[in-house]
Amino acid sequence: MMNTIRPDRPLPPPIQPASRGLRARRLLRRLAAQRYLQAMALLGVAWMVVFNYIPMYGIVIAFKDFSIIRSVAEAPWVGLEHFKAFLEDEELPNVIRNTLGISVIKLVIGFPLPILFALFLNELRSLRFKKSVQTISYLPHFLSWVILGGILATWLADVGIVNKLLLSLGLISEPVSYLAEPSYFWTIVIASDIWKELGWSAIIYLAAIAGVSPELYEAATIDGAGRFQKMWYVTLPGIKGTVTILFILAVSGVLNSNFDQILVLRNPLNESASNVIDIYVYQTGLLNARYSYATAVGLIKSVIALMLLLAANTVTKKLNQSSLF
Amino acid sequence: MLMLKRKTAGESVFDAVNILGMLLICFLTIYPIWYVLVNSFNDGQDAMRGGIYWWPRVFSFDSYQAVFASPGIMTAMGVTVAKTVVGTAAHVFFTAMVAYAVSRKELIGRNLYMTVGTITLFFGGGLIPYYLLIRDLHLLDSFLVYIIPAMFSFFHLIIFLSFFRDIPEGLEEAARIDGANDLSIFCRIIIPVSMPVVATIALFHGVYQWNDYFTGMIYINNQDLQPIQTFLYRVVAQSSSNQMVAAMPGGISKSVTSQSVKLATMVVTTAPIVFVYPFLQKYFVRGLMIGSIKG
Repeated sequence: MMNTIRPDRPLPPPIQPASRGLRARRLLRRLAAQRYLQAMALLGVAWMVVFNYIPMYGIVIAFKDFSIIRSVAEAPWVGLEHFKAFLEDEELPNVIRNTLGISVIKLVIGFPLPILFALFLNELRSLRFKKSVQTISYLPHFLSWVILGGILATWLADVGIVNKLLLSLGLISEPVSYLAEPSYFWTIVIASDIWKELGWSAIIYLAAIAGVSPELYEAATIDGAGRFQKMWYVTLPGIKGTVTILFILAVSGVLNSNFDQILVLRNPLNESASNVIDIYVYQTGLLNARYSYATAVGLIKSVIALMLLLAANTVTKKLNQSSLF
Repeated sequence: MLMLKRKTAGESVFDAVNILGMLLICFLTIYPIWYVLVNSFNDGQDAMRGGIYWWPRVFSFDSYQAVFASPGIMTAMGVTVAKTVVGTAAHVFFTAMVAYAVSRKELIGRNLYMTVGTITLFFGGGLIPYYLLIRDLHLLDSFLVYIIPAMFSFFHLIIFLSFFRDIPEGLEEAARIDGANDLSIFCRIIIPVSMPVVATIALFHGVYQWNDYFTGMIYINNQDLQPIQTFLYRVVAQSSSNQMVAAMPGGISKSVTSQSVKLATMVVTTAPIVFVYPFLQKYFVRGLMIGSIKG
């Protein structure tokens, strides 16, 4: 790395090469001085290279015919064959419908609800009561989907409490096995997701609301604003930035149907409503060992998700000044 | 809010409706869990008649005895405890260590390291290439599959970073003059003053380790390395809880059913986390805030 001074150079500005050599030497000295710091940082970089970047390289098998007995390098190139196969697959319409259907409804209903919850929680006068409601509302977030799946299976079984309630109210005439009926699957997935994450998702909004200046509320009170008007004209504009950022993230996650959740709740009987893109990748790739094909499907998903993120970011940047990047 | 002391009639109605609504939300949140709890404490055979909504009808610990007497469940519990303790310690230490290094302005290559990390937030290889990597690293059927691939998170690094930025530099200066190296400064000075963020990340990752069933399901074949959540997944999703009862030692099984053992296992699995999180609440609110705004 070190540059030596070349004496044959015509009219050398004598300071330049010397200082370059000096700079390199100084860099090395600085590196040596921070060798512990470098080692600590590079361990993290090494971890990311192995667990994030090698799988990114592994995407090449989407364009190859990979099988478990050969190495990636030996597998023959097949171009876009797997992508074509996916576009012609008879499951494709179903997978797209389920993925987008569940996610879009989740976005439309599940995104505003925590904001509303936070707004009304903020209006509670008793601080003690507010804290208790918050603590209780966080509880379901800490349950795993396996546990929640177990609860749902108990509740929704044909001898379960939901059937008993609806039968006694006369709303149904005979018990329904809800998890075995595709027509109920989306509702179950969306409702249980809201149940689990309503309180947790509200945390960020509550923190943002706490940051709104009290003077604004006082001014609004003097102007004769009521509770709803203050929510609408003071609180909501005050948390607009937070809402925007979380909305961008939610839009970019639209293709991420909650894999953990659906894997627990799906069964062969509700498959026509529960087969989303992540489940499809898992099933074709790991259970049926079609590695290349499933990688191609996963790649399509990641690319669309990235484009959605950029699109959502651009749109919100145009609409109001805050954006993710 | 002193000026709101005098309430109008409309305000009072609003408050009353709001409080009722909040109570309803609390009820809807707690009741499903309560239902599982009271049914798990009821005699299994009797519970099959149904109708246990508020309190056990025939109180019984038998289902819990059955759970604690089952070697399969106890092994799985042990795996879960081990992976949560070891995994969380490794994750917090390693992620905080890297975060501390990149928080120091004099670090050469700092921007490059941050870029390398930021890319991972937006793009990944996907399930299949990741599975093949785990296989090539010989982590299949190894306890380390719970620890090493989960040891670092760039998202958590960002949360650590924003905390470390607020630590006054003078704190490290004294130790540096004493000749301490950066690693020991990190261990002896930075970690002790960063307990709020350490608690936050420990909770986030601890909950992940405790609740994760997918890792145990796809990377582990050996029954003895299976965590309790994977065990429960097989019971819940594949309705194999009859085997649970069949595997129980005799004597107990008269009053327990596969359903009551399932419920008791669910309670035992969930209880530790439910007891811990309220105490960490004040920490994770701030951590979440930073993570969502700066991430």
